[in-house]
Amino acid sequence: MFFTYLRRELAGRRRQTAIVAAGMALAIALVMIVNAVSTGVREAQAAALESVYGVGTDLTVSQAPTAPGDGEGPPGVRFEFGQEDGATAEDGSTTELSNSILTPGPGSSTFDASTLETARSVDGVAAASATLSLTNVAFDGELPAPPGGADGDVALPAPGDGGGFAGGAFDVSSTTVTGVDPAADAVGPLSAVEVVDGRGLDADDTGQAVAVLDADHATSEGLAVGDTIDLGGTEFEVVGTVASTSADATTASNAYIPLDVAQEVSGLEGQVSDIAVQAESASMIGSVKADLEAALPYQEVSTQEDLAATVSGSLGTASQLVSSLGLWLSVAVLAAAFLIAILFTIQGVTRRTREFGTLKAIGWSNRRITGQVAGESLVQGLLGGAAGLVLGFIGIAVVNAIAPTLATTSAPDASADGPAGFGGGNPFDAMQASTEVVLTAPVTATVVALAVGLAVLGGLLAGAIGGWRASLLRPAEALRSVA
Amino acid sequence: MYTLENVSKTYRQKERTVAALTDVNLTIPRGQLVAVQGPTGGGKSTLLQLLGALDRPTSGRVALGESDLSALPDARLGDVRAREIGFVFQGFNLIPTLTALENVETALDPLGVPAEERRRRATAALESVGLGDRAHHVPGELSGGQQQRVAIARALVKEPEVLLADEPTGNLDEQTRDEIMDLLEGLWRDRGLTLVIVTHDSAVARRAERRLHLKQGTVTERR
Repeated sequence: MFFTYLRRELAGRRRQTAIVAAGMALAIALVMIVNAVSTGVREAQAAALESVYGVGTDLTVSQAPTAPGDGEGPPGVRFEFGQEDGATAEDGSTTELSNSILTPGPGSSTFDASTLETARSVDGVAAASATLSLTNVAFDGELPAPPGGADGDVALPAPGDGGGFAGGAFDVSSTTVTGVDPAADAVGPLSAVEVVDGRGLDADDTGQAVAVLDADHATSEGLAVGDTIDLGGTEFEVVGTVASTSADATTASNAYIPLDVAQEVSGLEGQVSDIAVQAESASMIGSVKADLEAALPYQEVSTQEDLAATVSGSLGTASQLVSSLGLWLSVAVLAAAFLIAILFTIQGVTRRTREFGTLKAIGWSNRRITGQVAGESLVQGLLGGAAGLVLGFIGIAVVNAIAPTLATTSAPDASADGPAGFGGGNPFDAMQASTEVVLTAPVTATVVALAVGLAVLGGLLAGAIGGWRASLLRPAEALRSVA
Repeated sequence: MYTLENVSKTYRQKERTVAALTDVNLTIPRGQLVAVQGPTGGGKSTLLQLLGALDRPTSGRVALGESDLSALPDARLGDVRAREIGFVFQGFNLIPTLTALENVETALDPLGVPAEERRRRATAALESVGLGDRAHHVPGELSGGQQQRVAIARALVKEPEVLLADEPTGNLDEQTRDEIMDLLEGLWRDRGLTLVIVTHDSAVARRAERRLHLKQGTVTERR
């Protein structure tokens, strides 16, 4: 009887069923899409962070750069040329010069490498490795011969801009370089890459002028395994090319070189810029963070969660959009759908007063009637849920078909001023740890469970309220027509 | 058998108290056909509600056989209605989305009758009121007289002791009225029902064994 009555009611009141189910479907589809995109954004953030900090990194240790004092400008990139450097043109008007400098990475600050041992000694730390983020700025071009041939310094405009003096022309290019411990592959940037050609770095490369290049960078620069690359005035042999292990992200650095060599060439002996730390278990991340902060009071300790907040660029915008507009839109539509379902159910109970009164008069219990009303609402909710699932899958498929590419900048200290050259630009703006990720909206069991759960919840909520109203009806209502 | 002892029923209407029944003493023997007449607002509706275990008196006692309807809890009253009392309403009160057969089956639902037996008994009940061929029609596809026959089948399918009919012919033309009354009278005679009919129609009331008149909450016998 329950199912016969339920089927007849839903079929007999198609308009109400369709309206309630449509409202529910819309809300559930929206929640599904927002949830899937939110998951996609989180995964994109994780991919962006992994490209910088490596797979398996639970925490990072870094140091905030010191802000310049009042009246003190940021340091510029300066090339020093001696009188004997370069080749002077026959007419003596210009001199061809080529030079490169390896400097600390944008917005990063270095600290003593002994910090690594301190970090490793903290309870709960499974592995830790240090990196040194650097930027290689290369100068290549002609400068007008200096009067009197004196030695001089040249301050440069933003890399890639090119520039010139009267009678001179030159290019400035930059390459991001990360000094890594060649022996550490469990944690750190190299754990998030795979070898495309040649080989990766290993323990034997310590002290060797060898480099592993990002495969895309190598292609764009026309470099291959066996070639050499000038970094900070030292020729490095390219021993391999690598790409990100994530199909949706790029690597964070153009070149990887042994840490000790990076320190030596950059003049930053005994210095590192980041330490990647892996905790023994996910549950220990909080306690390890606290212990690291206590052991390293001058450094900043960040979890992946903290770092996710530092992801900026269009991915950061997408994240904010999803978490603010998307979330509240979902809540509003869901609340409206629930409200519609509840109001229609209450309206239906009111319209069926005589019907329920009659059923009570012939002996139906309150529980039986409440169950009938709740059952009808639940099925309406489930119909909406099924339609919502289909709509949601279509919406998610559209997002995945578009697959927007989002730029990310993962720089915890990106707000800090970098060195400036003349021309007013920050030469490192384009050199921060930027990656591009493709935003996908994965369909997970959670998304499906959420949709079904909301459908059941909406149906039960409307049914419970409608059933409660029905249970309040007096059976004597059925006899209202008696004179 | 119904026994009403010093039954009074009052309602609160805003600031004033309305006496619907006043000190009613009444006995309705088992198997009697009783017609209740009276002016609108005279208390007929209240009396039928008390007899039907749909409400309790403000004071006094209403008993159906051994069951004290004025003292039973709601759940037990529902049980009494499900097993012992059949209702026929002026407006038929059929569920519009269910077929005639399913409407009749609703009366067996609270009794926990298995589906197959429920269907068999409902079919038999419909045939007993001459509507075997309309079993799968919804109320909207039936005439007023046919709908009232379905309602009568629904009331009788559980084989109750009592049948309470509220203006059962009030919405019907004269010919159909007579057909329905013939049917009710026949069932009353065949099944030994206690049949209480509230009616404004004297032609209907005249067919009863006993006629009661309700005016201003007081019951009087009419010869």
